[in-house]
Amino acid sequence: MAGHVSIQYPHSPVNRTMKESEPRLVKWLLITAALGFLCLFLVLPLVAIFIKAFEKGSAVFSAAISSPDALSAIRLTVLVALITVPLNAIFGVAAAWAVTKFNFKGKSLLITIIDLPFAVSPVIAGLVFVLLFSSHGIFGPWLQAHNIKIIFEVPGIVLATLLITLPFVARELIPLMQTQGTADEEASMTLGASGWKTFLLVTLPNIKWGLLYGIILCTARAIGEFGAVSVVSGHIRGVTNTMPLHIEILYNEYQFSAAFAVASLMSLFAIFTLVVKNLIEWKAKKSMVSEEGGF
Amino acid sequence: MARLQSMKMKRVGVLPGFGLSLGFTMFYISLLVILPLSMVFINTVSVEWAKIWQTISDPRVMASYKLSIGASLTAACINVVFGVLIAWMLVRYRFPGARIVDGLVDLPFALPTAIAGIALTTLYTKNGWLGQFLSFKVAFTPLGIIMALTFIGLPFVVRTVQPVLQNLDQEMEEASASLGANRLQTFVKVIFPELLPAALTGFALAFARALGEYGSVVFIAGNMPMRTEITPLLIMTKLEQYDYAGATAIAAVMLIFSFILLLIINLLQWRTNRKFI
Amino acid sequence: MSIQIRNISKSFGTFRALDQINIDIQTGELIALLGPSGSGKTSLLRIIAGLEAANQGAILFGDEDITHVSTKERKVGFVFQHYALFRHMTVFDNIAYGLRVRPRKSRPSKPEIEKKVKELIKLVKLEAFSNRYPSHLSGGQRQRVALARALAVEPKVLLLDEPFGALDAKVRKDLRRWLRKLHNDYQITSIFVTHDQEEALDVADRIVVMNEGKVEQIGTPEEVYDYPNSPFVYHFLGNVNLFKGRLHNGKLRQGHFEVDAPEFLGAENTEAVGYVRPHDINIEREKSPDAVAATVIYIHMIGAVVQLELIRTDTGDVLEAELTKEHFRSLNLITGVEVYVKPKQLKVFIPEDYSI
Repeated sequence: MAGHVSIQYPHSPVNRTMKESEPRLVKWLLITAALGFLCLFLVLPLVAIFIKAFEKGSAVFSAAISSPDALSAIRLTVLVALITVPLNAIFGVAAAWAVTKFNFKGKSLLITIIDLPFAVSPVIAGLVFVLLFSSHGIFGPWLQAHNIKIIFEVPGIVLATLLITLPFVARELIPLMQTQGTADEEASMTLGASGWKTFLLVTLPNIKWGLLYGIILCTARAIGEFGAVSVVSGHIRGVTNTMPLHIEILYNEYQFSAAFAVASLMSLFAIFTLVVKNLIEWKAKKSMVSEEGGF
Repeated sequence: MARLQSMKMKRVGVLPGFGLSLGFTMFYISLLVILPLSMVFINTVSVEWAKIWQTISDPRVMASYKLSIGASLTAACINVVFGVLIAWMLVRYRFPGARIVDGLVDLPFALPTAIAGIALTTLYTKNGWLGQFLSFKVAFTPLGIIMALTFIGLPFVVRTVQPVLQNLDQEMEEASASLGANRLQTFVKVIFPELLPAALTGFALAFARALGEYGSVVFIAGNMPMRTEITPLLIMTKLEQYDYAGATAIAAVMLIFSFILLLIINLLQWRTNRKFI
Repeated sequence: MSIQIRNISKSFGTFRALDQINIDIQTGELIALLGPSGSGKTSLLRIIAGLEAANQGAILFGDEDITHVSTKERKVGFVFQHYALFRHMTVFDNIAYGLRVRPRKSRPSKPEIEKKVKELIKLVKLEAFSNRYPSHLSGGQRQRVALARALAVEPKVLLLDEPFGALDAKVRKDLRRWLRKLHNDYQITSIFVTHDQEEALDVADRIVVMNEGKVEQIGTPEEVYDYPNSPFVYHFLGNVNLFKGRLHNGKLRQGHFEVDAPEFLGAENTEAVGYVRPHDINIEREKSPDAVAATVIYIHMIGAVVQLELIRTDTGDVLEAELTKEHFRSLNLITGVEVYVKPKQLKVFIPEDYSI
């Protein structure tokens, strides 16, 4: 799964104090090295985004994020996320259900195919839809004859984003549902519940945190995707520009403050994502720990 | 009907929804993954072999392979060293702000890559915050590309090694110490072998991700042919020139490479899981 | 509700999990499916519940063939090995689940559900816990919630998969007794799976001993313990001593030692093994022609019986024997003493149809 790492459910919390440890000096040297690396690569760029955004004052900032082009980029980005995330969430649940609740031939092949988009370069993810739907693509003539436009239009952006973010929810749910097994669902069936009731009343509450986490990761990627969208978007301002593309254009036009202003908005969302992710992990951990504590 | 039902049950057990969920899954991935990706190979096959060979062995393309693979490998190596270190710090040491640091590690997953690209570029240009103190150039050189790819791959090693470290039986270390090993010996002989499969998985994940990365690199790379042009960018350039055949041929090379990597990653993860669960 | 299991077979790939199983269970019986892991007992239970489908054969509840009836319609109560309690629901909601998911027309009213659930909570003695979540209960409490939840839908059949497997020894014993009493009060046909012979002997009306997908023996606890019909059952239920030898003229003979084996009068010079329970071994200080010499190597004296470990002087085999304390005292034994051992009751099997 070359694209992300699932939420972690530790087997047992490590809270025993270790006497066996490194000398103090080594310990602090290691911590300094690690934190220094993190500062250099994570904190500094993040801080730079916000400082650059306000470098020319808040007037420039607010002008940048409220310009018609910026607003339409935001609208398009939200629209794309609203279409792709629910579709991929439904797909993720269906795929995880099929893969974890049943045994069938070719299961690991199916999981590998679900993983594929993680390993595919975003540029290729865009390219394949050009090959399918552009005027030179195999469906090109037919689409032209029916006056349907996909490439360099919103549908192309949606398709490329769908492909790039396809595995996120499924990949989150598969390991989770594998550990949960089928006993709860079986219990529900023996108690007379129908399949849908079992899913809604038993499965869904069991997977809600994992599902939410998957959806959040999927949203973050859908909003931030650049390469794939860049290939299939016509880069038409106010029409087919998503937020990352808009940032690119501003940046290439040397409107750095405006570029970073829009970037800071997206960074805020990224930070929000991280906070929610940690809350979920904390929740999941808590429920796992109390589960174990009961024995 | 009863026969049909019993045959179905034989195969799939008692829970409902097998046909529906698997059917939808197959339909969805056929439409969005299998059909589109197979286009790369279908389109490649329809072109003359000599022409394909010419495209994918063009010096400029070859230079891009070298750069992409070299920079990705370097970034992945940096990430293994610091990833293991960060995971170690997060699991074993208590220090103020540990929780925030832990959360921050995932930033590269959450932050749009293009933004990472412009932020890093701004930091490392000649007049940038960091660039002005450096006697050598970072932005618009392979070094800059390595910086961007290191950023992108940072969480992979941390997040694969961290749970293994968390579940590592500390009694093993205590046993090692009780048998007279010093701390370094314990780490090298006892802990490191346990972490190795996970670290390798993280390495492969970071490498695979770096190979295909586009958004963060294009800004910092400078995109000079033969020098700082990565393979995904070449595909993009060919597309902009409407050289679909060329773009597709290079994409096919990349895809095959990615498939092989994915296979290796799955094997590695399968081995890690077998060992630790 | 009586249950008839007819010719049930089940394979997983090439592995034959169940092979031609036939069992008749009377209404109100409490049956134990006893066997080692991999013997197919859980598969059989799941097939009865409809959680798995057999490759062939039929299951009848009463006169009705329910082989193709779905789990949902079978009206069985199933208690899972790890309870499978819904962890996002309270004890009350868990127990009420089966009533609440019924289609609207057959669903009891809210007050009826509440009354019923409260009764059950009282039955399983968890009145103080009805608003707790499963994660805040002990193993034994969870097990009782799982039982109450299964009973709430008034099942015709109660199926329990290793019901006490995950509990510690003390709680196990209490719950065992409680289950026995519950069964006596409700008289609901019940089947439980266990690998613990003591549990099966203690609780069940009849025991089905299973091994490698086949039924080895069906009988009351006394029958299967005192009259095992195969070496497997001997080994699986309780301790046993082996006397290897050759059959000749209705006698099992090894060296100077021989015992009667009247059921094998026809056998000539055949290898065979005699099986003797430790408490069926007689120990004497005086030499007699039909006893073997052995040395006492260990004396274990806890409780009412004394367990002896002995080594046969002729073969070096280890034997186990159990005596009462009085008998032990009268023999005046210490370790290292040579005694003479004689099986009181011995069952002979010819070892070509089994492997040890």
